[in-house]
Amino acid sequence: MSLMSEVGQKAFNLGVPLAVHMDVTYRCNERCVHCYLDHDDHGEMTTAEIKDALDQLAEAGVFFLSFSGGEVFLRRDFFEIVEYARRLLFNVKIKTNAVMIHEKEARRIRELAVDTIQISVYSHRPEVHDAITKLPHSFERTIKAIRFLHEQGVRVTIANVLMTVNSSDHSGVQELAAELGVQYTLDPTITPMMDGDTSVLSLRIPGEELTEVFHNPALVGSQEEFCAPPKPPSEEDLEGYSCSAGHSFCYISPYGDVFPCVQFPLPTGNIRQQKFLDIWNLSPELKKVRSIQAKDLTVCSSCSHVSSCTRCPGLAYMEGSMRGPSTADCEKSFYRTGVPTANMLQQGLSKPRTLSGNPAPLIQIRPIAVPA
Amino acid sequence: MPEDCIYIARSSAIAARALAGEMMVMNSADSTFFTLNEVATAIFQAADGHTPLREIVRDRICEQFDVDSEQAQADAEQFVAELSSHGILLVSNQPLAPEAPR
Repeated sequence: MSLMSEVGQKAFNLGVPLAVHMDVTYRCNERCVHCYLDHDDHGEMTTAEIKDALDQLAEAGVFFLSFSGGEVFLRRDFFEIVEYARRLLFNVKIKTNAVMIHEKEARRIRELAVDTIQISVYSHRPEVHDAITKLPHSFERTIKAIRFLHEQGVRVTIANVLMTVNSSDHSGVQELAAELGVQYTLDPTITPMMDGDTSVLSLRIPGEELTEVFHNPALVGSQEEFCAPPKPPSEEDLEGYSCSAGHSFCYISPYGDVFPCVQFPLPTGNIRQQKFLDIWNLSPELKKVRSIQAKDLTVCSSCSHVSSCTRCPGLAYMEGSMRGPSTADCEKSFYRTGVPTANMLQQGLSKPRTLSGNPAPLIQIRPIAVPA
Repeated sequence: MPEDCIYIARSSAIAARALAGEMMVMNSADSTFFTLNEVATAIFQAADGHTPLREIVRDRICEQFDVDSEQAQADAEQFVAELSSHGILLVSNQPLAPEAPR
């Protein structure tokens, strides 16, 4: 086990919030076709409120802090926020589309010793990238920013969200990342919109195409290992937990709402009304999330994939139950290994139903009302 | 460099946080990640740029951890050299201004 994994496990066992993802705004200068956010400002936290939140997070033991949005640079105080976070010695990562990063901003990011900048690039073809972001010339601006950042020695990762409209472009984006001298990561997850609208799920790449992705050594490393049939779960596996959401990780929205994860919209409290540590330690919802072990899962506890599945409790929650299956992950497990999941077998399916036609009811998720 | 004159300061490029008595330290320049034990954490926290290392060892280490001063000084110098080679501590024979992210 690496030192980092050991520390992660220690924080998990102690219930320390080691990592926090904070969205500082939902406003954005792009209108990506797959985005799950609404882009209006419903009353973002002020600079002072965010600084107070950062003080509280440092006190709570948070080490890894990711700033994201929306587009973070639409906040005029963003560098002030990052500078404050760095003074508190957080390890800071920033997720951005980078179109507002020029030479001056790249230099400032380097001076602030930001750990990594993750930048969304959807295609190596400008017309495809721009069609997804709906912002003309966004590809050109984003790539220019990546060059500025790289010149400054800032660590950059290109995040390539894979969907129907760019499913054949991942190798092109990978080559582009190599040419730019930056890291590459691929994500085939498309999340329902915050208001419960599932229309964006039609952009999820069909399962058959996932097979190709999961069997591509350039993307997954050892194909033999990655696609191996699941091993029978051990007792330890069944005592295990899904992921770090709510255990050593949480998400804070621009309005101060605290959730177990950005992909797990279960409201647990608001830092405008309560101290962060009171929410973290006392929230009944977080306690409930932390109590769920693999053996408690309604369908998945009897699934042969239970020890290796990437089951997301947040996506399961959006399908109706945080103890239930996440259909998107059932699909990934099936197309990775060719072995049907318990969820599929229970429904009499030999292969997953297409997700856009998934009949599972999605709960409605809206920002929590914040008093004026 | 005479050991009496060693001054140490934390680099502005690091991230750090205590976890159950141990300090996690990461240098953003190369992503090196360390966890420091209690003694090393005490030295790291006292690295203000103007307190000589010998004084830190005498006041923070020997007194609090009841260790032999010669051995503690040698261990501290080795520890400082290692963290300095990873850019986590700055070392000088002159007092240093504590670095903050600019």
